[in-house]
Amino acid sequence: MDAKELEALSVESATIVTQQSAWTRVRRNTSVRLGGVVMLVLVLVALAAPWLGTVDPSLFDPVSRDLLPGKTGEITTLDGELLQHRFIMGSDSFGRDIYSRVIFGTRVSLIVGVATALVALAFGIALGLMSGFLRWLDGPLMRVMDGLMAIPAILIAIALVAMWRGSLLTVVVAIAIPEIPRVTRLVRSLVLTIREEPYVEAAISLGTSTPMIMWRHILPNTLAPLIVQGTFICASGILVEAILSFLGVGLPPDIPTWGNVMAEGRAQFNEYPHNIFFPGIFLAVTVLAVNILGDGLRDTLDPKMAKRV
Amino acid sequence: MNADNPILQVEDLSIALPAGSDRASAVRKVSFTVGRGEIVCLVGESGSGKSVIAQGVMGLLPKQLPITAGRILLQGEDITQAPLSRLRELRATRMSMIFQEPMTALNPVMSCGDQIDEVLAEHTPLSPAERRARVRDIIDEVLLPDPERMMASYPHQLSGGQRQRIMIAMALVLEPVLLIADEPTTALDVTTQKQVLELMLQLQRKHGTGVLFITHDFGVVAELAQRVAVLRLGDLVEVGDKHDVLQRPQHAYTRMLIGAVPTLRLHARPVDSSAPVVLSARGLDKTYRDKRWFGKSRVVHAAQDVSFEIRKGQTLGIVGESGSGKSTVARCIVRLIDPTAGELRLGSDEIARAPHRALRPLRKRVQIVFQDPYRSLNPRRTVGDAMIEGPMNYGLARPAALAKATELLALVRMDTSAMDRYPHQFSGGQRQRLCIARALMMDPELLVADEAVSALDVSVQAQVLQLFDEIKTRLNLAMLFITHDLRVASQVCDQLAVMSQGRVVEYGPAHRIFSTPEHAYTRALFAAAPGKDFAFGV
Repeated sequence: MDAKELEALSVESATIVTQQSAWTRVRRNTSVRLGGVVMLVLVLVALAAPWLGTVDPSLFDPVSRDLLPGKTGEITTLDGELLQHRFIMGSDSFGRDIYSRVIFGTRVSLIVGVATALVALAFGIALGLMSGFLRWLDGPLMRVMDGLMAIPAILIAIALVAMWRGSLLTVVVAIAIPEIPRVTRLVRSLVLTIREEPYVEAAISLGTSTPMIMWRHILPNTLAPLIVQGTFICASGILVEAILSFLGVGLPPDIPTWGNVMAEGRAQFNEYPHNIFFPGIFLAVTVLAVNILGDGLRDTLDPKMAKRV
Repeated sequence: MNADNPILQVEDLSIALPAGSDRASAVRKVSFTVGRGEIVCLVGESGSGKSVIAQGVMGLLPKQLPITAGRILLQGEDITQAPLSRLRELRATRMSMIFQEPMTALNPVMSCGDQIDEVLAEHTPLSPAERRARVRDIIDEVLLPDPERMMASYPHQLSGGQRQRIMIAMALVLEPVLLIADEPTTALDVTTQKQVLELMLQLQRKHGTGVLFITHDFGVVAELAQRVAVLRLGDLVEVGDKHDVLQRPQHAYTRMLIGAVPTLRLHARPVDSSAPVVLSARGLDKTYRDKRWFGKSRVVHAAQDVSFEIRKGQTLGIVGESGSGKSTVARCIVRLIDPTAGELRLGSDEIARAPHRALRPLRKRVQIVFQDPYRSLNPRRTVGDAMIEGPMNYGLARPAALAKATELLALVRMDTSAMDRYPHQFSGGQRQRLCIARALMMDPELLVADEAVSALDVSVQAQVLQLFDEIKTRLNLAMLFITHDLRVASQVCDQLAVMSQGRVVEYGPAHRIFSTPEHAYTRALFAAAPGKDFAFGV
């Protein structure tokens, strides 16, 4: 039987390979849509914070102390102008508008979450690639990472912020450092798996240099699981930032963050639960949305990991 | 055989595929029967729906694959309508199933004896002592040595063949009327496969079990079947007596499939013994040392004292079972691993011990095609980028490399539009063509094919084998063809080296080894090839 005949009857030529692209699968995933929409709304809220009926979040007025949600009171601007303002979420014991502080706090939380994820991923990828490719470095580097992982993340963060000084940058770095070992481990294990793939071996026999193999063949194939990991770091970063602020070791109290708002409301929690309730709701919804988005991405981008977890 | 009263009747069975699949149904209006004590082979290539039918009969179909029409009658009882509890009862007592991969089908944390015992405890009122005796009997019956020890063993302590015997014991312990075997010997070596098939035949005759045997291998069909059903993309194209289907196939697809099965007859070809030697191996050794901090280190001789020559325009086949060291040799030659000792000469250059830096100019002269077409191409790079990567590493300009890629795509009979597409848009056979083209982009002197057609369906395998042969003749290449399949080797090889446990046990011209094998192992290998004495007709 000649080649033409064979091909005509072969099952393969009759089968049209139609696999949805990763992007299409991601877009059609319910979790991704749900998490994505909530995140989009939060981003818009953060961007449009000054135009959402807020006042400057640092403004206070002793007259309007401890107002219940929905009450109208007055607040003095920096120019000395007296404003009538409706305190949708009430006010705290300094007479600051909780609604404004929570809405502006969205900015801090999102920036911290995303920045933490990016910093942790950048260092984790670099260290993981080195560990996976330079065998002599692997042992020492991974033992350092093991050591880092043995200390509770929040303790490291507290120590680091205490050592430097509470600012956005130090908080981000302090939260990112304890996440680096996890990313490094993930990247290392991915590198060790992928470097055994026949396409990498083919590249070796095609004379491709080791740095080129890392860049062209290994790094692009680690991206899907890393994006997923990034979302989980983002969620945990938002949470840790709130914890640090709540403990008073995060950003300075004059910067409105959800953790700071809650910390200030803690003393009066029994009488005025709204101080903690509203920032708490925002925090919970944000972290949930990021996690749902991450789950959806994991299911669509990294099905193997979905089965493992 | 009692055709009037079949134990399994599949009538007009249709099973849907989820929306967005490449076809609407996995199986379309399939009807066949299995009589008492009859072996029916369900044959088809991948995607033909043969495993889906097996799952349907066992009531194991996932929700995404609902039965849309038809009936499955087991001794007259419709399985498609049976409630879950009834199905569970039927599964062990009246029908049972064995799978391709016994390692994953067995529970790794339970001893083999306990796993068989569990079946008995669930479905029989026997006392523990009676059950134990029964387990021992059945292990004895599947011809496993030392039943007591086997009962206490865990799956990982057994070989693949032994594990499959345990699976068979578990499947047959309740004497079901129907046994479904889904490619049960595909993962086994030929010699083990022969033993397991013989055992199944023997047990099936003794117990009068009806067997639905699913396979892609016509050799196995010829050995085993009484009747054959051929599936193509969910359609039953032909069903009938073994001799009718295999020797007088009616449907063009069956004819094509049978025609594509490589024969063990060697293709006679002149061998030019004066052609220049491209690669010679002398005393090649690869030893793995498992370094430990405490205790004795373990030493594994993956390849020992391997010597051979490959001449220009000729193909050397290395044949052996899994673990024989044939892939180790290939990987040493491409220097993906470093040989422990011995000499490898590529033309006049020594490559066994060349340091990696010095290896770079030599690399392009030897290229390799791997077994798994799905993992041989980087999923995130277009075919065009994959093709030009090698030549560009050696300084060829992009336009020139692209022009060359276009040429080679034509040589492997792929459309030029392939250049801008990603690997996932191609089938296995197409990808293997692309891998061959990628290797040829380097103008190698030696092309190594490491089980390069083993993962492909027979019809595709035939095409790719043809392509290999064409390329070798056209480009006057030297080829090292590594395979576990003697039939495949007979199609392409001029010289043959048979490997077993890291050593070459027989080496010489292919026609000599095929006509008068000298070593006992080679003879065993030939004897084990399924369907070797069966005269297929097209």
